[in-house]
Amino acid sequence: MSDEMTSMERVLAALSFKEPDRVPLFHMLTIYGAKESHVSIKEYFSKPELVANAQLSMQQKYKHDCLYPFYYAALELEAWGSESIYFDNAPPNSGRPIIDDFGDVLSLEAPDVLESSGMGMVLETTRILKEHAGEDIPIVGVVMSPFSLPVMQMGFGEYLDLIYGEPDIFSELMKVNKKFSVQWANLQVQAGATVICYFDPVSSSTIIPPELYRKTGFKVAQKTISEIKAPVATHMASGRCLPIIDDIAETGSAVVCTSVLEDLAEVKSACAGKMSVLGNLNGIEMIRWTQQDAESKVKDAIEKAAKGGGYIMSDNHGEIPYQVSEDVLLSISNSVRKFGKYL
Amino acid sequence: MVLYTTLSSQFKQYLLSLNKVAAKRLIQDEFTGDNAFQLIQQIMMPALENIGKEWEVGSIALSQEYMASNICEEIVNSILPPESPKRRDMPVLGVATLGDQHMLGKQIVASCLKASGFSIFDYGAIPVDELATNVVKDAIEVLLVSTLMLNFAYEVKSLRNCFNETGISTNIIVGGAPFLFDDELWKQVGADAMALDATEALSKVYELTGVVE
Repeated sequence: MSDEMTSMERVLAALSFKEPDRVPLFHMLTIYGAKESHVSIKEYFSKPELVANAQLSMQQKYKHDCLYPFYYAALELEAWGSESIYFDNAPPNSGRPIIDDFGDVLSLEAPDVLESSGMGMVLETTRILKEHAGEDIPIVGVVMSPFSLPVMQMGFGEYLDLIYGEPDIFSELMKVNKKFSVQWANLQVQAGATVICYFDPVSSSTIIPPELYRKTGFKVAQKTISEIKAPVATHMASGRCLPIIDDIAETGSAVVCTSVLEDLAEVKSACAGKMSVLGNLNGIEMIRWTQQDAESKVKDAIEKAAKGGGYIMSDNHGEIPYQVSEDVLLSISNSVRKFGKYL
Repeated sequence: MVLYTTLSSQFKQYLLSLNKVAAKRLIQDEFTGDNAFQLIQQIMMPALENIGKEWEVGSIALSQEYMASNICEEIVNSILPPESPKRRDMPVLGVATLGDQHMLGKQIVASCLKASGFSIFDYGAIPVDELATNVVKDAIEVLLVSTLMLNFAYEVKSLRNCFNETGISTNIIVGGAPFLFDDELWKQVGADAMALDATEALSKVYELTGVVE
């Protein structure tokens, strides 16, 4: 009988601040599945079975510890009436914003997730993954935070103008977005997601100052996360989180993903006993890594964050770029298995 | 000069607290009708540069740089209108995203350049071929490219190839998240320089054009 834990046991131990058999690894593979399946990204995301099969085969191949039914961020905006723009080797983008004028917010209503065909496909992928993985492998669902969704709804600059200049309209938009995000998150939980990754890059200290976060994104996160019926990981999508670590812990997040711009040891220390840490391999630089680079980066991260559990290794953006080589991903996996063992 | 240093520090505080009224008043009080560039170079730009440096080390957020650049652009327009003949003496600059619909970085760079007294051509997200045609037509000396998405960062390589094939000597300065996370990428795609933030982009413009700040 093998002493090796299942991925679920490994992750749960780590999240309980205990040392599992080895450091858990999340390869956040989205569009990479299209490359592995030898189909275009557009075709890939049109067939829930294809995404599920790719997730399962990539998990076998790279021996990492999660399944990731997330398609792409712009999919959420499709439910609001936007169209996505596809590329050959990058995640689809949202097309024309749905809010042209701040006044549009006052008549905005949250769409019913169940009426969105794209989101229905994500739910179907999640159900297939759950059937295959059972309780052995965590399934990571994703929701854009109500606070970060407006970047796609109206454009980044316009949204910053709204936050700073129109607090009442901002509050209205948050109410509508929260309703949508909570429904979307809980439908994924019903379909089999074990944990919800709450993508909230606008809250990161890279984008807004901590004092503004405490008045805005923090309060939105606290209310939203309290209604999500699964553990939540807050993800800043490469943004900094250290200046607001204690606040993030107070939102109810069990995990936070830190940026490669921050010192992993420092973040781990700041999170001690409060949250587990996810991160922080550099996905962009990973494109030109050699296998030796990958091994060295993995060893460094383990040295900084593995002790005492509470750490899951991953890239810092929540998405492995299409251009990263298979050899580098395998090297990361092999290095975690080699150097990430707890004694 | 000492006075301007103190004023610049005060101006920066007004920018960070989004006190547009006080920031504008500070500049208007110093404006004599023919010292716009002096006020830009000695009060406003040092304040913006300081904010940019603090963003690079993570002590200031992007939203603060965005709001500060916007306020400065508005103030500069009041003392040096866009149609001012004085702006025509500056190198001709363009900004673009090469198809990337994420415009925030470009907006901040454009505001910062305008706040420095440059006239700029904003090409938005037009694709490489169309951009190259416009760059020639408008006699652009330096093109500043901002991208958020990695695939559009790689488009700089297509742009450089297009420039090389058609004999366009325009310099390319790149910036944005992909270049921030991989400090070798700008060389890989054939750019002439990389800037971590808008004010560094401005310094690179001065370096590449030989214009004295």
